[in-house]
Amino acid sequence: MTQATASRPAAQTSIGSAASALAARPPGRRRRGFGARGSGLINLLYLPAVLLFAVFAVYPLISGVGYSFTNWDGYSPEKPFVGLENYLRLFQDDTFRQVLGNTFIYGIGSMVIQQILGLGLALALDRPMRGRGAARAIIYLPVLVSPVIMGTMYYLLFQFNNGAFNDIVVAFGGERVAWLSQPSAAVAIVVAVNSLQFVGISMIIYLAGLQSIPQTYYEAAMLDGAGTWQRFTGITVPLLQPAFATSIVLNLIGGLKLFDVIKVMTNGGPGYSTNSVSTLIGITYFENQSAGYASAMGVVLFVIIAIFTLALNALLNRRRLEQQ
Amino acid sequence: MTATSAPGAPSIRRSVSSRTRDRQRSGSRRGVNILIGIALLLVVVVQLVPFYVTLTTALKAKSDLSSQWAFPFTSVFWGNFQTAIQDGGILRSIGNSALVTVIATALVCLIGSLAAYPLARRQTRLNKVVMLLIVGLIMIPPLSVLVPLYSLLNQLHAINTYWGIILVLTTGQLPLAIFLYAAFMRSLPLAVEEAAVVDGANLLQVLFYVVFPMLKPVTVTVIILTGVAVWNEFALSSYVLTDPSVKTIAPAIGAFFSSQSSNLGAAAAGSLMGVVPVLIAYLFLQRYFIKGMVAGAEK
Repeated sequence: MTQATASRPAAQTSIGSAASALAARPPGRRRRGFGARGSGLINLLYLPAVLLFAVFAVYPLISGVGYSFTNWDGYSPEKPFVGLENYLRLFQDDTFRQVLGNTFIYGIGSMVIQQILGLGLALALDRPMRGRGAARAIIYLPVLVSPVIMGTMYYLLFQFNNGAFNDIVVAFGGERVAWLSQPSAAVAIVVAVNSLQFVGISMIIYLAGLQSIPQTYYEAAMLDGAGTWQRFTGITVPLLQPAFATSIVLNLIGGLKLFDVIKVMTNGGPGYSTNSVSTLIGITYFENQSAGYASAMGVVLFVIIAIFTLALNALLNRRRLEQQ
Repeated sequence: MTATSAPGAPSIRRSVSSRTRDRQRSGSRRGVNILIGIALLLVVVVQLVPFYVTLTTALKAKSDLSSQWAFPFTSVFWGNFQTAIQDGGILRSIGNSALVTVIATALVCLIGSLAAYPLARRQTRLNKVVMLLIVGLIMIPPLSVLVPLYSLLNQLHAINTYWGIILVLTTGQLPLAIFLYAAFMRSLPLAVEEAAVVDGANLLQVLFYVVFPMLKPVTVTVIILTGVAVWNEFALSSYVLTDPSVKTIAPAIGAFFSSQSSNLGAAAAGSLMGVVPVLIAYLFLQRYFIKGMVAGAEK
């Protein structure tokens, strides 16, 4: 490594090119920062981090793949090898298929709601008005609350007896509704709770994006007679591309990983009907004692999230490049 | 857009006509503004309703069957908080959370900034690959490794220990911290470090006297992101911490809530107590919170 760096001066100069341009140093002088110098000993600084990653992230990831080829029960010493049986079982498992569907609903549903609501809020709060700071702070507030606590709070609203929403229903002469006992309604409620809790993240990302657009662009467009809608589609949307990419990826992954809110609001029920893959892994491991099968689910969840992340990043970044 | 660079007669005429149109529309525009204001107010109210209802529920006795919307002005009942503290061990859990959060956050800042320095300043092929792998770790959903991670912690006798959950959560938060530190370090001028080297400082002196003091802004971001994430963590800690004496606040509230499904007032009181520390921090550090979250999101 030492020789390799020494023979690549071009790579070194690029590190601090901006700084050197400002400093206007005499030509030919060698840079003497630690990064540019030969010794690879400096890499020892990331040893503690790499050790932690090796033990608590990479090793579990790899041994998880190993467990997924066994029908280990989670506690006994022997782990009988069964090959691909767990993966074949996943394909035929109706419960898993339903739970996988739920996971996509949680991910895509939350993502769509958060983009629409988040962008709308950002556009509304980008204009000067009274109470703007307070509105932003309040809409953002739930982001900081533990999703377990948020779920508990919303459970109070949706409960059957004496719940705040049923109070409204009764006040209008209706019958009490068992909101969380109907699978599809419960899934929709979980999506709504997750979306509302984290809409502040999208809002803040879009606000930052809006503020980075120079006001002169809008003034120029107005001089050219562009209407509100034309200005929005012609200037705002294309220049918000990086914000779209960030917010979409972040919210989609957050929804696909959803665990806490489901756990407190429905605990996956009724039956298995509102589980996500994440909550089902916990149940399969600890309640059904099928550690091997749960590992296979974990591998599938990881692969799904990795594919979504990489594909979305590639897609959204390419669109950004095309627009430049 | 291209027409703006050539200010000719047509564009002026267009601007004049648009201005007259604006005047005609100003009435409807005020209407639009009022509608936007009402919509915003609605969202703000929706975001506050859960907190309000939790407060009214927490302040009422179980026998009080008045609507959750009604605030108990005349008969505030504090017994739910007592139940949450005595039966739910909420205060103990808040203490546990404080301990775990402070240590994990300190570790993330220290290990993260140390690791980021060579990755930012010595961009060899090896270090670029290491950086890419570290950023890739952000993608791992915690529950996908539940089985292997739990059995590993079990073999290490780390279940129901502070150090076990601290190391797990530190590892989980490190990739983002390293990424943020490295990006920030690359924006610092190399000349300062060079000057220190010329003056004869060694690597550790450069790090502790020159580089680290410049990292304050990004460290605030890392502290806020890590602190909030660790304080609120539930998915893994609910499995790793099952003993009430070591439970942190999120799993404690989860467990207390499922044990108190008939006594929602106590669950509400526990929830409020778990939110208060974060609320206080947010109230005082609001600007840093939002700035930090934006920095963390735009990775």
